[in-house]
Amino acid sequence: MANQQPTTGNPKVDIEYRRKKNAEEMRYQVVTFTLMIFLTLIAFAAVGFGDLSKWFTVPFILLLAVVQVIFQLYYFMHMSHKGHEAPALFLYSGALVGFVTVLAFVTIVWW
Amino acid sequence: MSTYAQKKGVGAVIWDYLTTVDHKKIAILYLIAGGFFFILGGLEAMVIRIQLAIPDNNFVSAGFYNEVLTMHGTTMIFLAAMPLLFAFMNAIVPLQIGARDVAFPFLNSLGFWLFFFGGVFLNLSWFLGGAPDAGWTSYASLSLASEGHGIDFYALGLQISGAGTLIAGINFLVTIINMRAPGMTYMRMPLFTWTTFVASALILFAFPALTVGLFFMMFDRLFGSNFFDHTMGGNTVIWEHLFWIFGHPEVYILVLPAFGIFSDIISTFSRKRLFGYSSMVFATVLIGFLGFMVWAHHMFTTGLGPIANAIFAVATMAIAVPTGIKIFNWLFTMWGGSIKFTTPMMYAVAFVPSFVAGGVTGVMLAVAAADYQYHDTYFVVAHFHYVIIGGVVLSLLAGTHYYWPKMFGTMLDEFLGKITFWLFLIGFHLTFFIQHFLGLMGMPRRIFTFLPNQGLEIGNLVSTIGAFFMAVAVIVLLWNIVITSVKNVKVGNDPWGDGRTLEWAISSPPPFYNFKQLPLVRGLDAYWIEKMEGKKEMTPAEPLGDIHMPNSSFIPFMISLGLFIAAFGAMYRVDYAWGLPVLVVGMAITLLSMLVRSIKDDHGFHIHKEDLIDDKDKGGKA
Amino acid sequence: MHAEEKMTNETWPASPEKATLEAKNKFLGFWFFLGGETVLFASLFATYLALKDKVPTGDHYLAKDLFEMPLVFLMTMLLLTSSLTSVYAMYHMKNFAFKKMQLWLGITVLLGLTFLGLEIYEFNHYVHEYNHTFTSSAFGSAFYTLVGFHGAHVAFGLLWIISLMIRNAKRGLSLYNAPKFYVASLYWHFIDVVWVFIFTVVYLMGMVG
Repeated sequence: MANQQPTTGNPKVDIEYRRKKNAEEMRYQVVTFTLMIFLTLIAFAAVGFGDLSKWFTVPFILLLAVVQVIFQLYYFMHMSHKGHEAPALFLYSGALVGFVTVLAFVTIVWW
Repeated sequence: MSTYAQKKGVGAVIWDYLTTVDHKKIAILYLIAGGFFFILGGLEAMVIRIQLAIPDNNFVSAGFYNEVLTMHGTTMIFLAAMPLLFAFMNAIVPLQIGARDVAFPFLNSLGFWLFFFGGVFLNLSWFLGGAPDAGWTSYASLSLASEGHGIDFYALGLQISGAGTLIAGINFLVTIINMRAPGMTYMRMPLFTWTTFVASALILFAFPALTVGLFFMMFDRLFGSNFFDHTMGGNTVIWEHLFWIFGHPEVYILVLPAFGIFSDIISTFSRKRLFGYSSMVFATVLIGFLGFMVWAHHMFTTGLGPIANAIFAVATMAIAVPTGIKIFNWLFTMWGGSIKFTTPMMYAVAFVPSFVAGGVTGVMLAVAAADYQYHDTYFVVAHFHYVIIGGVVLSLLAGTHYYWPKMFGTMLDEFLGKITFWLFLIGFHLTFFIQHFLGLMGMPRRIFTFLPNQGLEIGNLVSTIGAFFMAVAVIVLLWNIVITSVKNVKVGNDPWGDGRTLEWAISSPPPFYNFKQLPLVRGLDAYWIEKMEGKKEMTPAEPLGDIHMPNSSFIPFMISLGLFIAAFGAMYRVDYAWGLPVLVVGMAITLLSMLVRSIKDDHGFHIHKEDLIDDKDKGGKA
Repeated sequence: MHAEEKMTNETWPASPEKATLEAKNKFLGFWFFLGGETVLFASLFATYLALKDKVPTGDHYLAKDLFEMPLVFLMTMLLLTSSLTSVYAMYHMKNFAFKKMQLWLGITVLLGLTFLGLEIYEFNHYVHEYNHTFTSSAFGSAFYTLVGFHGAHVAFGLLWIISLMIRNAKRGLSLYNAPKFYVASLYWHFIDVVWVFIFTVVYLMGMVG
């Protein structure tokens, strides 16, 4: 998924190569989108139609959400491309702080 | 567009500072505004100490005491310590990494003006019906019951200045990642740059929690929501958590840059490479990480339960390890060095034991069971003043003397500097050391007076006398600044003679483009390496070329002004009909200013090569 | 490469969003801002979870009485699709196809506007049918603040994308505005990320009970 293409020195060839690359990536994006819609459907179905226990449904739909967000970040927001090391570091740090906050608020905020 | 020093009128100078995007001028703005609020907070501290000098004193009323106490804490943390650190970060960090400017000059200016208007808004409460009076922590159960608009000033003022701080943090992060000179790898960055980097990351992750908490507070007080009102299902502990999720990292946001300043000073005046550089960097990052895992140690007595208390107690004690690494590294840097006792170095030497004392009481307080005894007594007051004054304020005073020549091109008087140092150090220990014992004897914090014959008279009187020493020290410093500015004896690139890092390789103050040619960095302490090889200046990393510079802009001022106006509208909306339109107008000013910024192209301008060659005698060399 | 240069198909770089120093700074700075936004929304989610169904008296409606699946499902589909359409816009930006980029951005804006309209309808519905308001309970305050913050982000994102589209309608793509479009699309994706958690944590978990 590198976005650093080799240059041939011939701009026409380069453009065609890059266009092809971009088109190929766009096809992956559509696949990603299909998967996301699919995950969403499962989540809604699990709550709407599945006669499942709450203790299964809640972790299950949370997991689906996390997977879907990873798709969104890595494909739609291009985090799989090179040059996203610092963004990834800071996004995960933020997610960690956020996770600890949520954890605290569901455990040690009483009343 | 060049700013070659012509004599300018007063109006032109003011306009220049209102619109500047130059990090060195923004640094001066931060220094002036932060210095002003520091003196204001200091005066409030004097009122506190005068009131508590003798038992049953009636120098101020109980209600006014609460306001003074609250504003002292809030002002010192948000409006004095942080902006003063930002002053040095702005002035020095771009120079230390060999950059011509920060990554976002426009946002840098916006960050300052947001802080400034937020601070002014908060302090206008004194004239508009009373200041906030629920302590700087403003716990919801207390602050929701506070009458008048004091707490609203607190919530809205800090919201505005907090946005400025967040912007400044992002700016430093990107500057340090993207703007480093050729050869300036991460592990060659001076410690002040490293600590600025980690502190900025902490700002990025800590301030949003405060933003959310302040929004809740504002909604509860002004818009009828029920986050903290238990009769409507709300929960007052939510504020405590949000405040400390922000508040504890905030301590490290303050103290890490202080560590950075002292690391640079100690290695400069020991004339040695910093001992254990990589372990210093590691310790800085580790402190930053652990800083987010310990906030609940401020809430041991809230009743979180033994498991939560135990976890947070252990995590808190763990922070002593990286801090200890730093202490030993400073000692080993001095060990065997040829130490020069300049004013900044004296602060650094005094800082080490003072801060250790604050750290030791910190570990004591981390013992959750023991904390039930210490909680809300003067022991806690003594502890955090040892950390904040012994760490942060000493570093600010040291930095003022150390970086003054780089910022203004003239040296502060060393003799007066040492007088300030001794007065301040003696006053500081006199004021706060005895407060440990007052606390252990059971004197609660935040009380406006105490009764006679309880053994508290002597301790409080000593404490007050110490405060006067500190006040005199600050007056001497101001006098020093005045006479130095009047004399205005110009100094060269490296006035201390022992500069190690890049900021000392260029003229004092630097030209507005900093480096005529970007320097080539060949190792840690880049300038020292060149000096040791007998060179007088850095080797350039690029041929002389045109330099791209950003345009000045008045828009940051307008964006901030809009929020300042909107805050009045939001607050008085509940009392007067004109509140809502004022809120709308203020927000419109802000949003329209942002729109103008977005649609008006701003490509900056170029300084041409030919102009740079003429500029040779100005000393703007790499 | 200079930001003002007039670009052609041949000179357009592979990563126009990061071709100049200013663009690199903007790219990184905006990602960091999103890192901070993560903490902001996490704090709002945390508060919502702490105050969920916390009402003063028994006659208040709770999460499982309020939320209706069809509406949430429709809103989710709209926002997810708008994320894909903004990916299409960025695809055409990389190919230097300005007209197509504007078209896809236009579709994104329409989807976003529909989403916002449905959200306003939804809030209105709760207030008038269920008497579930911002001031009626702590649950109400937390719900409207979390979902409303997201809605405000949607509204701001729409204003942002629309002003970029209008501003650059006549002059096409350049290395000066390409990073602006790119960053705005990142913002739009982030709004979608937040919504994924909102529909899961607030609505679906609310319906589970």
